[in-house]
Amino acid sequence: MAFRSSTRWRFRQPSVIPGFGLALGVTLTWLTLIVLIPLSGLIWRSSGLGWSNFMSLVLDERTVNALTISFGTAFIAAVVNLFFGVVLAWVLVRYRFPGKRVIDAMVDLPFALPTAVAGIALTALYAPNGWIGSILEPLGIKIAFTPAGIVVALVFVGLPFVVRTVQPVMEEIDKEVEEAAATLGANRYQTISRVLLPGLLPAGLTGFALAFARGVGEYGSVIFIAGNLPYVSEIAPLLIIIRLEEFNYPAATAIATVMLFLSFIMLLVINSIQSWSRRRYSNGA
Amino acid sequence: MEVRVQNIRKEFGRFPALDDVSLDIRSGELIALLGPSGSGKTTLLRLIAGLESPTEGTVFFGAEDASRKSVQQRNIGFVFQHYALFRHMTVLDNVSFGLKVRPSSRRPPAAEIRRRALDLIELVQLSGLEKRYPAQLSGGQRQRVALARAMAVEPNVLLLDEPFGALDAQVRKELRKWLREIHDRTGHTTVFVTHDQEEALELADRVVVMSKGAIEQVGTPDDIYDHPVSPFVYGFIGESNCLNVTLSSGEIWFEDRPIGLRAANEPDGAATLYFRPHDIELIDGCGGCLAGLVTASRRVAGTRHLELDLGKTHPSVEIELPPERASSTDHTRVAFRPTKFKLFRKDGDVAAIPRPVASPAAELARTGT
Repeated sequence: MAFRSSTRWRFRQPSVIPGFGLALGVTLTWLTLIVLIPLSGLIWRSSGLGWSNFMSLVLDERTVNALTISFGTAFIAAVVNLFFGVVLAWVLVRYRFPGKRVIDAMVDLPFALPTAVAGIALTALYAPNGWIGSILEPLGIKIAFTPAGIVVALVFVGLPFVVRTVQPVMEEIDKEVEEAAATLGANRYQTISRVLLPGLLPAGLTGFALAFARGVGEYGSVIFIAGNLPYVSEIAPLLIIIRLEEFNYPAATAIATVMLFLSFIMLLVINSIQSWSRRRYSNGA
Repeated sequence: MEVRVQNIRKEFGRFPALDDVSLDIRSGELIALLGPSGSGKTTLLRLIAGLESPTEGTVFFGAEDASRKSVQQRNIGFVFQHYALFRHMTVLDNVSFGLKVRPSSRRPPAAEIRRRALDLIELVQLSGLEKRYPAQLSGGQRQRVALARAMAVEPNVLLLDEPFGALDAQVRKELRKWLREIHDRTGHTTVFVTHDQEEALELADRVVVMSKGAIEQVGTPDDIYDHPVSPFVYGFIGESNCLNVTLSSGEIWFEDRPIGLRAANEPDGAATLYFRPHDIELIDGCGGCLAGLVTASRRVAGTRHLELDLGKTHPSVEIELPPERASSTDHTRVAFRPTKFKLFRKDGDVAAIPRPVASPAAELARTGT
């Protein structure tokens, strides 16, 4: 039957767009030079350690704590960003108010600002003698020099990711869909929670994944506000630097390999959830 | 449920989209709002739904004033041109949405909701597709889901905004027939908006012809086609020709000669003559007729359309003939006379009446041979 040959996977689908070979070649070369060679070098170095050696370096208490803090704070920050990013995008898309353009432009600032500057500014604000820190201090809340400070810094650097991925999708929501929900008797809360937000899920997850990945790798802003106490507020990237400065290259590569592995797994999971939900209800209606 | 619209006025900014519109919709009726774009038909539909609020006027559902009620409280079913389905929900979830969002006091049990949704899916002939997502359906199927979803809430009135506008001609024809059947079976009071006169005339019990924010005529499809009350309706519904003529002692004159048609009891003066391309007879030798040179000739399905030039100062007219008649006539010059026609006086001649709705209009059976 004709369909048998068409269902068989082929390396190259016939297409009217020329240049497949050239484009794929450039892409692969570029990806190899920029991403694959450095990363495989890393794995190569750490594989030279031997399994038991590698595990003892990885399961070192300080390393485990640093990894937990890095991934934990990045996750919390991404969750916070998902919530407030959606709210911010909602305000920017749905309402017209003076200064809207300024706020819209401000969302991108964390992209542009050197992260060290952000870290120092946030530290100045949240330190016990800073504006916000001095208010929170009497209440017994410490932000700077604790993991909470790391979350604050990561929320700052991750904010644009959620807003910028959700915003265009939100702009495309058809007014008729909301009107349809209203004619069916749904109140405003039901319309938002059952109709609008589920439609934003794929975009929201993309933004979440990007903010999370950025948070895991963030270094510049965090080291100023974290206080960097070993076992308490020391992030994995910092520990890598410390190991390098001690000329302890095997430990540095071991930590880096674990980070690479964990990040890859988490991004893979998030991406598959996202593509699953996207496949279900893409292309229209 | 019967719906009454009373003296509705709706302004968008300073521009009136509807101006003093009143309409009675009978219970169980299938009624079409027909008009060109910008005529206010969709605005009227949205006002009945409560998606817009009127600047002035009232909407009654039965004896109850619905004007102050929100969309949610009016309990209507609304079908949008572009379906507006919830794309992250299956067909079943889409159809049961209206029941699921009810407050728990009025919400049927889950099993009952499911049963009713499945019944409706069967009614719209989509059984077996209830687990599909809208993206996996064709346009016609999506619109049927939208209709099932609207009917699930047992609406007081079903409102459809150009329901077949986004579909191709074949599917549109099918759905039209099918909507009529559904209506006959369920008996919902149904109002639908369309700019397609064929759709309105074929489907509706009554047609409301609208233009520029006002209702021109309300009537059965026969009324609307055979007895249009205004030049607009005559021109908008079906094909028509219009000629500037003069009335003189009961005779209709075109340019400098009578055309063999009488308009008894009409005062002298200028008027406009309307007739349909197929309501004509050919005449051999002309002693009181319209005559013109054939400038174009097209075969359209079972008839042949001839375009005639009646003289430089007039737009050309079109007549329709059976193909065999058309080929037997002399192709360069055709003499004919309308067998059915209608006269409308110029607006200025009847200054007391703003629109020529009730102006002296003569409608005559054929005169003379």
